[in-house]
Amino acid sequence: MISVNRNGEVWVFAEQHEGNLEDIGLELLGRARTLGDTLGVKVGAVLIGDEVKRLTEKLCHYGADKVYVLEHPLLEHYQANSYGKVIYDLIHKYEPQIMIYGASACGRDLAPRVASAAKAGLTADCTDLQIGDHENKDVVHKNLLLQIRPAFGGNIIATIINYDRWPQMATVREGVMPMPEPLTARKHEIIAEKVHLTHDELPIEILNEHKREKKVNLKASRIVVSGGAGVGSKENFRLIWDLANALGAAPGATRAAVDLGFIDRDHQVGQTGTTVRPSLYIAVGISGAIQHQAGMGESQKIIAINNDPQAPIFDIAHYKVIGDLNEIVPKMIKAIKARV
Amino acid sequence: MAYNCVVSVKQVPDTKKITGEAMNDDGTVNRGSLPAIFNPEDLNALELALDIKDKYGGKVTVITMGLPAASAILRESLYRGADDAVLITDRRCAASDTLATSYILSCAVKKLDYDIVLCGRQAIDGDTAQVGPQLAEKLGIPQITYLEELLSLEEKVITARRNIGNGWQEVKCKLPVLLTVIDEANEPRVAVAKRLMKYKKARTPVEIQMQLKQDNPHASDEELKQLGRTKTEELEKKGLLIKQWDLDYLGADLQWCGRDGSPTKVHRIQSVVLTARESKTIEPSDKGVADMIHELISDKTIS
Repeated sequence: MISVNRNGEVWVFAEQHEGNLEDIGLELLGRARTLGDTLGVKVGAVLIGDEVKRLTEKLCHYGADKVYVLEHPLLEHYQANSYGKVIYDLIHKYEPQIMIYGASACGRDLAPRVASAAKAGLTADCTDLQIGDHENKDVVHKNLLLQIRPAFGGNIIATIINYDRWPQMATVREGVMPMPEPLTARKHEIIAEKVHLTHDELPIEILNEHKREKKVNLKASRIVVSGGAGVGSKENFRLIWDLANALGAAPGATRAAVDLGFIDRDHQVGQTGTTVRPSLYIAVGISGAIQHQAGMGESQKIIAINNDPQAPIFDIAHYKVIGDLNEIVPKMIKAIKARV
Repeated sequence: MAYNCVVSVKQVPDTKKITGEAMNDDGTVNRGSLPAIFNPEDLNALELALDIKDKYGGKVTVITMGLPAASAILRESLYRGADDAVLITDRRCAASDTLATSYILSCAVKKLDYDIVLCGRQAIDGDTAQVGPQLAEKLGIPQITYLEELLSLEEKVITARRNIGNGWQEVKCKLPVLLTVIDEANEPRVAVAKRLMKYKKARTPVEIQMQLKQDNPHASDEELKQLGRTKTEELEKKGLLIKQWDLDYLGADLQWCGRDGSPTKVHRIQSVVLTARESKTIEPSDKGVADMIHELISDKTIS
């Protein structure tokens, strides 16, 4: 653990896979930039791998003042022990006040390992990060990282802080923070760190890896049309596909619809699926469980179609269409085809 | 070759059953109003351990940290096939975050003989998935998270397939290792009737005391103590005593336990209040729908 220090930087773990930066690290840099500016400290990206230096420029464009580069042949592939060790060493050398990670398969494997070694706090799956004060027994701790996350299956929003053992660490889900606009004029400082590693720090041997392209890119779509359990059957889910096709939209689904086998899990929107923030989100036959709302509540416009006027989805919808989806969706398709 | 497994499990409130009544006015959750259940993915971890025992032999020990009532899931583990169960209970564990919890669990696991430590990927009350990797770090052993299939176990070397969200990865590692198991890994077995009949009488020392107090309302503390000793010995002989460890027994350093040992603190809890938005109700008619689409095309939401 490191002591509380107000000059410490704000760091982001810049996840890369086979020499390509993952979006999540860039998304986090956007928020880290805001946090760093609020605190008046620099933003650092931590880039780990083998021969990854060419990625530093992009990290600066997305908000990093500095890139800490840790290169070593043994760091070519991620594993918790080796990456955890080099991050632990880096934290103790430079004492950042904040370090954030993506809540990806890699980040959720790595961050707790670092937190345990550093005896630091860690908050999982934050949906928001801010700077604020915390009062405890008449002592005011100023400018802490407010780590905001849903808890209890999404029924409460908890704000977590850590004021006595630093760094303050958190993981953030992909798609929750908007991707910042890159600024190509930003100057960048590279700090190449010497890495000391032995094979002992690589207990895992990776035998085989298979990356699977997701069947749909929900995050990149301007319009998402999602169906819920109310659609009724896999056959009837055709309506969702047809409406999505008419709009050039991506088809999404609730967890319930996925569990019922209406559509592949790749299409799932929500707390345990993909987080989306499209210009338009059309929720068809979706009651609007809080877990689903967690993945689409930030959409700019929401149309909800449901025959139950009490469905919670109507509380967040901009356009409420109360009625039978089997009649309304074809009417929508017809109206779109007539206009576009 | 036999392998000893330690499975770390948690009793959790059933967050799927949450309703308005489960929320206190200050926005905190009234845990008492929700049924307490075996954390679902911990059952997958237990199943994998029992599967290893069936195939290779060895012992399965289940541990949990919690209130005395958490012994319910230890009994459930015994019904399903666990050999031994340990309850870690101590008031000084209260308010432990994931770091303090993993420290306390590591003290307990170090007292046991293990080749493989298993955890569910995450608990449904917090969904952090942090305790597994933190426990592995505290034990100084590697971790294989998101295990979806155990491929082989030979000569103290494990190969397994991990689900990494957008694909999978096959990894190999020497034991000891910590595994976190996902729900796709297996279908947990149900309780065995014969074991249920036997182990429903299994008790922790604290449960024995509570029962004796209830049955002997006029007994002095000294008498209760004596009765407790007799009952404990009796259950132990029958193999029905659930072990109960406190922080003193674990030799835990109190500065890393409970509130003091937890760097994360709650700043604020809010119940989810849906933000009211400016909204229109659309007539489900041809005209209503067409007007809505027209409006969305005009403001360039639909292009």
